[in-house]
Amino acid sequence: MRRSADAVVIGGGVSGASIAYNLLKQGVGNVVLCEKDTFANGSTGRCGAGVREQWGAEGNIRICKASIDIFENLQEELDYAYDIEFVQKGYLMMAYTEKEWLQFQKNVEVQHRLGVNSRVCTPDEAREIVPVLNTEGMLGATYNARDGHANPFHTTNAYLRAFERLGGEVNDFTEVIDIEKSGGKVTKVKTNRGEISTPVVVNAAGPWAAPVAAMVGVDLPVYTERHQILVTEAVGHLFDPMLMSFSLGIYCQQTPHGSLVMGIGDPNEPKGYDIGQSWQFLRKMSDIMCKLVPPLKGVRVVRQWAGLYTITPDAHPILGTVPGIEGYYQAVGFSGHGFMLAPIVGRLLSEMIVGKEPSIDISDLDLGRFERGELRVEPSVV
Amino acid sequence: MSRNDDDIIVCRCEDVTLGEIRKVIREGATTLDEVKRITRAGMGPCQGRTCRLLIAGEIARFLGRPVSEVLQSRYRPPFKPVRMGDLAEICDGETSCDGSDCGSESDEEGIGQ
Repeated sequence: MRRSADAVVIGGGVSGASIAYNLLKQGVGNVVLCEKDTFANGSTGRCGAGVREQWGAEGNIRICKASIDIFENLQEELDYAYDIEFVQKGYLMMAYTEKEWLQFQKNVEVQHRLGVNSRVCTPDEAREIVPVLNTEGMLGATYNARDGHANPFHTTNAYLRAFERLGGEVNDFTEVIDIEKSGGKVTKVKTNRGEISTPVVVNAAGPWAAPVAAMVGVDLPVYTERHQILVTEAVGHLFDPMLMSFSLGIYCQQTPHGSLVMGIGDPNEPKGYDIGQSWQFLRKMSDIMCKLVPPLKGVRVVRQWAGLYTITPDAHPILGTVPGIEGYYQAVGFSGHGFMLAPIVGRLLSEMIVGKEPSIDISDLDLGRFERGELRVEPSVV
Repeated sequence: MSRNDDDIIVCRCEDVTLGEIRKVIREGATTLDEVKRITRAGMGPCQGRTCRLLIAGEIARFLGRPVSEVLQSRYRPPFKPVRMGDLAEICDGETSCDGSDCGSESDEEGIGQ
């Protein structure tokens, strides 16, 4: 392991991998990534893997649109030997209450203004897109063909392998246990495998972002919460888009492999680091999805697992610097949307770190917004 | 070992060959989780019951360490694949939900709401 670096990135999830790769692309010479387990072992490898432009707030639409721009060419850019399985077969967002339906229609107006080609669908039109859909009780839906999903393991691995080819060092099973400062500047990262001198540290530690931030004296206003997912056996083609409903609290996609990945939010889930699975989740997920997509009744669940959301007070990430701690950067608190943001976050953070103006203004996503009382509002979150 | 060993199917659920497994191990995947994440070996209906030990053996051979030192993946439920329709019926039928975090009986939070 290298003993000194120009920058150390903490976290081998998709965010850390993207930031590390982009730092080398920006010309930072010596970048080391520390991961306490193996790649994509935290939230990334457990996520639903959706990528969408269909947001309600302008800021989110802009950065997600830019992220999809990168995703579209990522396989080539990273010159990856396997397939990141990025497919753009759309998101169908279904509304079941008047309030939700009105909001969706407003969202589409904002999306159009920003160049997103989403559209409003009647239940019959939704069924044209997804013929197996039971539209009972549905007031309408919105659809955007450019949304999609990718394979989180391969996307992360693709970034890491490209990072290594450019001269970066990935250290697995390397847990950061402390960060040293001197005169208000970051100077050193201490790990279970030794120390690395560095003027720049990037906290991309996902669910462990708060303990890492505490090492430099930053108190992150985040908490972690379990979200459960299941995957079925591979079956023939059932439908194209990611199905999503905030009322039902569900999302479901069919991967290129043929298996279906689906999850459900539980408003009663306690805060914490529990990533165990529950039998109740299997039942509730199956119950809702068998009604929504009746052919799923005959499809078998192969595996279930859980991962952690790291949630901020306004469900938006915290990106950038912290005043008074020179050399410390963070990309944390993605609140369930880290995967889709990772390509653009890597670019923006790396621009910030080398002293360039970020290509998209994200100054309102800093940590200071909570003290200033300038919380971001997003009407379309799970 | 004969030169055709690479064609041997190690993970029968996902059609992953010994050659593919050896390739990702050479590329740096030295835990079962990493091999699984890249090749899908062990992600199919049998959940690695056949391939897990075979892959662990390959990793051990590559590292020159005992199999017992190769990091294993977690075992995840369900024990056997279960039809979603069967799981849904448990929520629907006579056997009512008793789980605290099930939230509601299915009829109260159906898609018609």
